[in-house]
Amino acid sequence: MNAYIGTPTSRVDGREKVTGAAKYAADYNTERLVFGAVVTSTIARGRIKRIDTSLAKHVAGVLDVLTHENRPDMAAKDDAWKDDVAPEKGTPFRPLYDGRIRFNHQPIALVLAEEWETALFAATLVQLQYEKEKHATDLHAQRDKAFVVEKPEKPRGNAAKAYAASEVRHEAEYFIPTEHHNPMELFAATAIWDGGKLTVYDKTQGVQNVQGYLCSVFNKKADDIRVINPFMGGGFGAGLRPQYECVLAVLGALALQRSVRLVLTRAQMYALGHRPATIEHLTLGAKKDGTLNVVTHEAIAETSEFEDFSRNDTGWAGLLYKSANTKFEHKLARLDVSTPSDMRAPGAATGVYALESAMDELAVALKLDPVELRLKCYSDRDQNDDLPYTSKALRACYRQGAEAFGWSKRNPEPRSMRDGKEFVGWGMASGVWEALQMPAAARIVLTANGHAEVSCAASDIGTGTYTILAQVAADALGLPIENISVKLGDSTLPQTPVEGGSWMAASASHAVIAAAEEVRNELLASARAMNNSPLADAKPEDVVLAEGKIMRRHDQSRAVSITDVMRHSGADRIVKEKKNEFAEDLSHARNTHSAIFAEVKIDEELGIIRVTRVVSAVAAGRILNTKTAHSQIMGGIVWGIGMALHEETVFDHKFGRIMNANIAEYHVPVNADIHDINVIFVEEKDDKINPLGVKGVGEIGIVGVAAAIANAVFHATGVRVRDLPITLDKVLR
Amino acid sequence: MINFQYSRPGDIADAVRQIAADPRAKFIAGGTNILDLMKYDVERPAHLIDISRLPLTGVEETASGGMRIGALVPNSDLSYHPLIEARYPILASAIRAGASQQLRNMASTGGNLLQRTRCLYFYDVATPCNKRAPGSGCSAIDGINRQNAILGTSDACIATHPSDMCVALAVLEAKVHVAGPAGERVIAFEDFHRLPGKTPERDTNLAPNEIITAIELPARGFAKNYTYIKIRDRHSYAFALVSVAAALELEGKTIKEARLALGGVAHKPWRNKEVEATLNGQPATRESFRSAADALLRDAKGFGHNDFKVELARRAVVRALTQAAQGTPQSQSNKKIV
Ligand SMILES: Cc1cc2nc3c(=O)[nH]c(=O)nc-3n(C[C@H](O)[C@H](O)[C@H](O)COP(=O)(O)OP(=O)(O)OC[C@H]3O[C@@H](n4cnc5c(N)ncnc54)[C@H](O)[C@@H]3O)c2cc1C
Ligand code: SF4
Repeated sequence: MNAYIGTPTSRVDGREKVTGAAKYAADYNTERLVFGAVVTSTIARGRIKRIDTSLAKHVAGVLDVLTHENRPDMAAKDDAWKDDVAPEKGTPFRPLYDGRIRFNHQPIALVLAEEWETALFAATLVQLQYEKEKHATDLHAQRDKAFVVEKPEKPRGNAAKAYAASEVRHEAEYFIPTEHHNPMELFAATAIWDGGKLTVYDKTQGVQNVQGYLCSVFNKKADDIRVINPFMGGGFGAGLRPQYECVLAVLGALALQRSVRLVLTRAQMYALGHRPATIEHLTLGAKKDGTLNVVTHEAIAETSEFEDFSRNDTGWAGLLYKSANTKFEHKLARLDVSTPSDMRAPGAATGVYALESAMDELAVALKLDPVELRLKCYSDRDQNDDLPYTSKALRACYRQGAEAFGWSKRNPEPRSMRDGKEFVGWGMASGVWEALQMPAAARIVLTANGHAEVSCAASDIGTGTYTILAQVAADALGLPIENISVKLGDSTLPQTPVEGGSWMAASASHAVIAAAEEVRNELLASARAMNNSPLADAKPEDVVLAEGKIMRRHDQSRAVSITDVMRHSGADRIVKEKKNEFAEDLSHARNTHSAIFAEVKIDEELGIIRVTRVVSAVAAGRILNTKTAHSQIMGGIVWGIGMALHEETVFDHKFGRIMNANIAEYHVPVNADIHDINVIFVEEKDDKINPLGVKGVGEIGIVGVAAAIANAVFHATGVRVRDLPITLDKVLR
Repeated sequence: MINFQYSRPGDIADAVRQIAADPRAKFIAGGTNILDLMKYDVERPAHLIDISRLPLTGVEETASGGMRIGALVPNSDLSYHPLIEARYPILASAIRAGASQQLRNMASTGGNLLQRTRCLYFYDVATPCNKRAPGSGCSAIDGINRQNAILGTSDACIATHPSDMCVALAVLEAKVHVAGPAGERVIAFEDFHRLPGKTPERDTNLAPNEIITAIELPARGFAKNYTYIKIRDRHSYAFALVSVAAALELEGKTIKEARLALGGVAHKPWRNKEVEATLNGQPATRESFRSAADALLRDAKGFGHNDFKVELARRAVVRALTQAAQGTPQSQSNKKIV
C-alpha cells in the first residue's frame, strides 16, 4: 500500500541540514586533535630531487612533516590500492609514495601541527627542488597518440560504405573541456585514533569502499578501521573513489598515534578527479526523407599517465536511433594530469551533447524539424544489443515537452525570431541514461511501540536517499513516516554499493522492501499464534502491513495491530537484515530518457547569451518522490546550462597547470543565469525492471541539456559553436 | 599564509604612524581582497593594521555642491545612499554591477580602489608574474589572457584593474583624499591608477605609507543621461570582460559634453578626453557614437584570447552611449542589456 511512495514528501533530514545539526567530515571533534596541511607540487611531471622540511619542522607547534622519505608503511602492490571503482587497468595514485611527480598540484608533503594555522604556515616553508621533465596536458596536441580502449560497441553494417552512399551527410567534431565537480563541501577526513583502531569520518560516496581501501593500503584488519559519512555537501561523482585526504589523515594518525583532521583547500580539489576533456567526432548519413543510414561516433578522451579511465561516450546513438550501419570507438590519450573520474552522467553528458548537436545539424541539412527527425529515427529496441526495453516512454517525452514549450510555433529559419535587440533561439535534444541496479542489503529494527529504524551503509550525497528510504519503509511496514528513522553512511551497516550511477534509489529501496518482508513474516508467525487470530490460516502472501496493522490483503477487517502482536509475542524488537539481489535479466535494455527544449535570447551586437526557458520531460519509471526527483532534474538542468555556457577548467599548457582553480574564476551558473525551468515527469509504467518499477533520476537531468542550448544558440544566431563552453565571443560576428 | 601581527590604530594619525614605521605592514579594511591574497601567499604582510573601525564612514555634502565619501563606507551602503542614488546614479549602478551582495557589504570605498588585478598568474605563486615578482616575466602575454588588457599595456604586464566602481569614479572625475607622514594631499582620479610600464608592481600613485581617507565627488553627477553596462562571462558575480560608463550632457539631440570610461580593458579605468571632445556638438546618433568608439579603440591590441574585446568594446561603447542619450540606463537587477 502506497501512502508515501510517489508523493512529494519533504526531506526528512531537511531540518538537520538547514539548522546546522547535520555534521560533515570536518565537523567531528575530539581531544588533542592534530591538524594537517598539504604541500602540493608546482610542476606537472618530473621527480623530487630534494625536499627540505627542516624549516617547517622548526615552527613551534609543528609535530611532524611527512613526505615520501619518512612516511609510515603503505602497501606496495597496485592491487592493494584498487578501490571498488578503480579503473581495471593501471596503477592507482598513491599520495607520498615516492618522489615522482605525475601531475601538477600533486600532494608531496603533509604538515601535522597542533593548530590549523600553524600547519598552513609551516606548509609554506617546505623547500623543494625538482628534476623537471617535459609534460603534456593538452589533449589536442596528444590526440594522434590516442589508443582504442577495448570493448567498444559492436559495429553494424558497413559504416564507410553507407556514409559514401548517403544522400545527406553531416560530419563534425565537438569538444568538451576538462570540467570539475566543485562540490560545496571541501574534501576532508577526520581520523579518530583509538589505541590502534581508527574511526575515519571521510567525505565519500561510499563508506565501505573507503573502509576496504584503507584496510588494504595500511594492511589492517576489517574491524580496525570504521568509516562514517552520514552527510555530504555534494558529491557528483567526485567522492566515488577514495580521495587522498583519507589516506593522508590515516597516515598522519599512524605516524603520531593521535587523531588527525585534514581539509583540502579549494585549489587542491582541482587535483582530484574531473570530467575528462573529450574530442567527439561524428558522421551521420541519411536519406532525403530523414531515414538514418549510418552513425559513427569516435571519442578521444584524456586519461592520466598511470590509469585508463574510460566511460563510454559513444554508442548512445544505438539506444536512441535506428540505423543499419554504425561504428563506435572510444579512445584515450595520456596526459600528465590526475586520473579523470565519474562526474554526473559520465560519458553521456559529453557523448550525448555531441550526438544531439550532430542530429540538429543533420536536421538543418535535411530541412526537417529536429523533433520530427528524432521521431523518424526512433528506436523501440536497443540497437547495440538488439533488445527490447523494459520500458521507454521517450515518444511521450518529445510530445509532452514540445507541447509545454510551444515548439509548434517555432520558425525553423535561423535568426528569424527576435525580441527587441535579442535574437531568440529554440533548440531541443534527447537525453538517455542507464537504469542500473545493484545488490544491496538493509536492516530494519521494529520496536514494540511501532517505530522502525532502517539502516544501510549507503551515502546520501544530497540526493534524498534518507527521504525515499523512509517513504519506502513507511509503506512497506504500514507505519506513519514520522515513526521511521533512517541511518546511513557507516561502514558497519549492511552492505550497499557506492552511491553513484543513479542506482541507489532502486538498489536500496528493494533492500528495504526485502527486509520489510522478513519483518512481516515474523509478525505473521506471531500473529498466527495468538488466540482466535483473524490471521490464523494466513500465508505471507495473503497479508500486508498497513495502518500500523498486519492485515489480510483482501479483507482488511481481519487484522491485528503491530503493537498487539509484539506485546503478545513478548519481543521488544524485531531485527531483520536482508540482502536483495535482482534476478539477472539480459533479455531487456534498461534506460531512462528525456527530451529537453531550450530557449535562448542573444544580444544581436554584444553576443550576451541568456537561457530564458528550459522544459525537460523525463521518463524514468516510477518516481518515488516527486519533490526530491524534481530537484534532481532541476539541478541537472542548471548544471547543463553551466556545461553549455560557463564551465571550463583552464590549463596553461606551458606550465601544465590549472589556472582557474577556484570558484571565482571557474564559473558555474549563478541565480542571474537561471530563468524558467519546467520539469515534467512522463508516466512510464515498468513492470519488468524491478517490483517498484523504479529507475533512478540522479543523472538523466543533465544529459542533453548542453546540446539543446547549443542548438538553440545556432537557431538564434546561425552560428554553430562546437566547442564548449559557448562564451559570447564565439557567437560575435 | 604566514604569521602576522595585528593592530587596531586609534585614529588616522596613528594608522599613518604605524604604516610608516613598518615597511612590511599593510592596511586591512573589508578584507575581501587582502585576505584572499594572503591565503594564496601573494601578499605576505608581517603586520596587518586594521583600519575598519576608524571613523571614515561619512557620506556628506561638500561646500562646492559635491559629496565626500569616507574611505570606509561599505560599497553596499554607498550604492544605496539616497543622495548617491539621486545625484550620482552612475556610481550606484556601477557598484551594484560588481562582485556579490555579500562582498559589497564588506568591501570598503578605499579598498575598492586598491583591489588588485585578477590576472590568473598574479594569484598563482608557482608561475612567473612581473606584477607579483618583478623581473620574473609576464606569463599572460603568451598565456591565458581572456581577462587581460587591450589598451595601455606594456611588455612587462597586460593586467587590468578589475573594479567597476572605479570606472564610474573616473567618469565623475572624483578626487582621492589621502593622508601620509607629510600630511594630506589630493590626487585626481585620473592620476591615481597607473599604467604598467616598466613597473607593473605599482598599481597606483599612492605611497606605501599613505592612507586613503575619502573620495570627493564634484558637483556634476550626470544623473539624467548616463549608464553603466558590464559585459561578463556570467550574469552576476564575474569580473567585467568589458564595461562602459557613459555620461552625457545633451541639448536637445545634440551632445554638449560626453564622458566615457572603459573597464576591464586596461590597467586603469580607460578614458580618452580627446576622443570625448570629438563628440561635443555632434548629434546623439549611432554614427557619432560609432566613430567615437572607433577612435577610442584605435590603438587597442589583443593578445590572443582577448582579441574579441576590441570589437566588443566598440559595440559596448555604442550601446552605452545610446542608453545614456535615451535616458534609459542599464538596470543592474534585470541583467538584460536593453
Ligand atoms: C570573488 C570576488 C568577486 C569580485 N567581483 C568584483 C567585481 O565584479 N567588480 C568589482 O569591482 N570588484 C569585485 N570584487 C572585488 C571587491 O570589490 C574588492 O575586493 C573590494 O572592493 C576591496 O575592498 P576591501 O575593503 O575589502 O579591501 P581590503 O581587502 O581590505 O584591502 C584591499 C587593499 O587596499 C588596502 N586598503 C584598504 N583600505 C585602504 C585605505 N583606506 N587606505 C589605504 N589602503 C587601503 C589594503 O591594504 C589592501 O592592500 C570581487 C571580489 C571577490 C573576492
Ligand atoms: S599581465 Fe601582469 S599580472 Fe598578469 S602575469 Fe603578466 S605581469 Fe603578472
